[in-house]
Amino acid sequence: MSYYVSVKRMNEILKELQKHYKVYAPMRFEKRGRYSDTDLIRYAEINSIEDVVYDEKSDFSPKEVIYPITQALFYFTEYEYMESKVDDKKILIFARPCDINGFRRLDTIFLKNGGTEDIYYKRLREKIKFILMECGEGWDTCFCVSMGSNKTDDYSLAVRFENDNILVEVKDDEFTNLFVDEKEIEFTPEFVTSNPTKVNIPEIDSQELLEKIYDLDMWKSYNSRCISCGACNAVCITCSCFNTLDVIYTENGKVGERRRVQASCMHEDFTTMAGGLGFRKTAGERMRFRTLHKIYDYKARFKDEHMCVGCGRCDERCPELISFSTTINRLYDEVEKLKKGEATQTIEQTASTEEVK
Amino acid sequence: MSENIMLPNPHKIINIINETENEYTFRVETNAKVKHGQFFQVSIPKIGEAPISVSSMGDNWVELTIRKVGKLTNEIFNLKPGDKIFMRGPYGNSFPKDDFKGKDLVVIAGGTGVSPVRSLLKYFYENPDEIRSLHFIAGFKDEKSILFKEDLKNFKTRFNTIYTLDKDKIEGFEVGLVTEHIKKIPFNTFENYNVVIVGPPVMMHFAALECLKNGVPEEKIWVSFERKMSCGVGKCGHCKINETYVCLEGPVFNYTKAKKLLD
Repeated sequence: MSYYVSVKRMNEILKELQKHYKVYAPMRFEKRGRYSDTDLIRYAEINSIEDVVYDEKSDFSPKEVIYPITQALFYFTEYEYMESKVDDKKILIFARPCDINGFRRLDTIFLKNGGTEDIYYKRLREKIKFILMECGEGWDTCFCVSMGSNKTDDYSLAVRFENDNILVEVKDDEFTNLFVDEKEIEFTPEFVTSNPTKVNIPEIDSQELLEKIYDLDMWKSYNSRCISCGACNAVCITCSCFNTLDVIYTENGKVGERRRVQASCMHEDFTTMAGGLGFRKTAGERMRFRTLHKIYDYKARFKDEHMCVGCGRCDERCPELISFSTTINRLYDEVEKLKKGEATQTIEQTASTEEVK
Repeated sequence: MSENIMLPNPHKIINIINETENEYTFRVETNAKVKHGQFFQVSIPKIGEAPISVSSMGDNWVELTIRKVGKLTNEIFNLKPGDKIFMRGPYGNSFPKDDFKGKDLVVIAGGTGVSPVRSLLKYFYENPDEIRSLHFIAGFKDEKSILFKEDLKNFKTRFNTIYTLDKDKIEGFEVGLVTEHIKKIPFNTFENYNVVIVGPPVMMHFAALECLKNGVPEEKIWVSFERKMSCGVGKCGHCKINETYVCLEGPVFNYTKAKKLLD
């Protein structure tokens, strides 16, 4: 059933929901953006429905709700440790289709890979229900359609914002009672069916081809361009890597905690072991790793889908204006040439044709 | 709540053996069933956690041979017998010991690479009837970096051993890299055999190439990879190479697979 709900009434419903749920949505943080006088839009717990930024793309993904940038695993005292706890409340997240599909990738890593479940992820994940937010026409850097992640039916509620009113589809019986007094309408959410940005995913079908891809000169162009800051990983809904870090709270050094902190495969020390031995030493090698992880080897391992959902946040966040969609398309072109036995780009050529967003 | 895979447990240190100035072997109490080649995530609360391979095992204990190279290992070196060390595991796959039985085995190890193969060597030392022959090449940088001196002596009595130092000349040791001595292995006299290579990445690479040059088929070679790990259970991403997680599908790989792993 779908309903036509005023913002005022929706705020009352929100208050009802918040008795049992923490409700997260993309929120505006004024003057907190990366550049002077720009705003930051990131996920946070909302106080009113007007807090929800529905007409802009958020800078960060909703993964932080369930997989925080930094998270306590245990607290240590001198002779014992205690597992960290989470709030009893359930969680509702206003999320776009690509992000809801992105959570499925995180589920695969944290709950399935290796046949074990990560309880820190699971204990929050099983509390989550989604409120699908329509994307309207989408944004310039989105390429969700190419990645097949523009649609989802994994939501409890779906919303379309219209000035002072909100169209709501209620799919989950748990929420039906909240809307019984509202005006019924015909509404089902619409999904983006075409993006201005499109990518072609290269078909890598042999070890021989993979080895040639590793040797492509196009990766070397990122040695000078990419500054290995890891911003692309931080905003990615599907990036799941982490470090563990022990910290001591007190001067006597007897109390502390083990934390999990999000990590970036673009950072120089991502593979560096104690003693200094590391792998993937250049930015180009790390760019190659990230690219292939997102559009080749995750699917090679788990079969169903590529890791990248085409949200395009990495494009927007990169301080060096490296476009991931362009990188994928460059790789596609190079792979096509390899398959046809044509010469691939030299470093000089790639430098002169570096992508401009 | 399901079992917490990130939860470490305290284990008592039974004994500490100084192997070299920078490498100690810690014997730790545990009931864990461990296979040759597996590793534990070892930690000290408030310091950190790292993967450490098992260098020996027995009833209710394992030995971990640790090099002093970082914050955690520096702290581990301050521990005394009776102190507690935190561990979770064992993790990873193992050397296919049962497949090695009744055949010839060649083990080529360099530096601390001797540590992950030591329990396997000790098993066949104690069960010599289970193996047709065992050739063991161990290479160390110099005299002061020689590990497991007592074991090396023992192995000499039952295995065909070549011990070598990169440059130093001392009694009982050849001179040169392990790769220079691989041609001495009589591969052509073996009917069915396996080769285990463990050491620094460059050493493993060239030792494998040298074996191939000496006619060893790829599928007879086994290597063990060392990678950074923060979880050991396929979540943290550090050890991933292509679609393979070293903590899950490794650290032991057949060379047919290992040669395809592109960092």
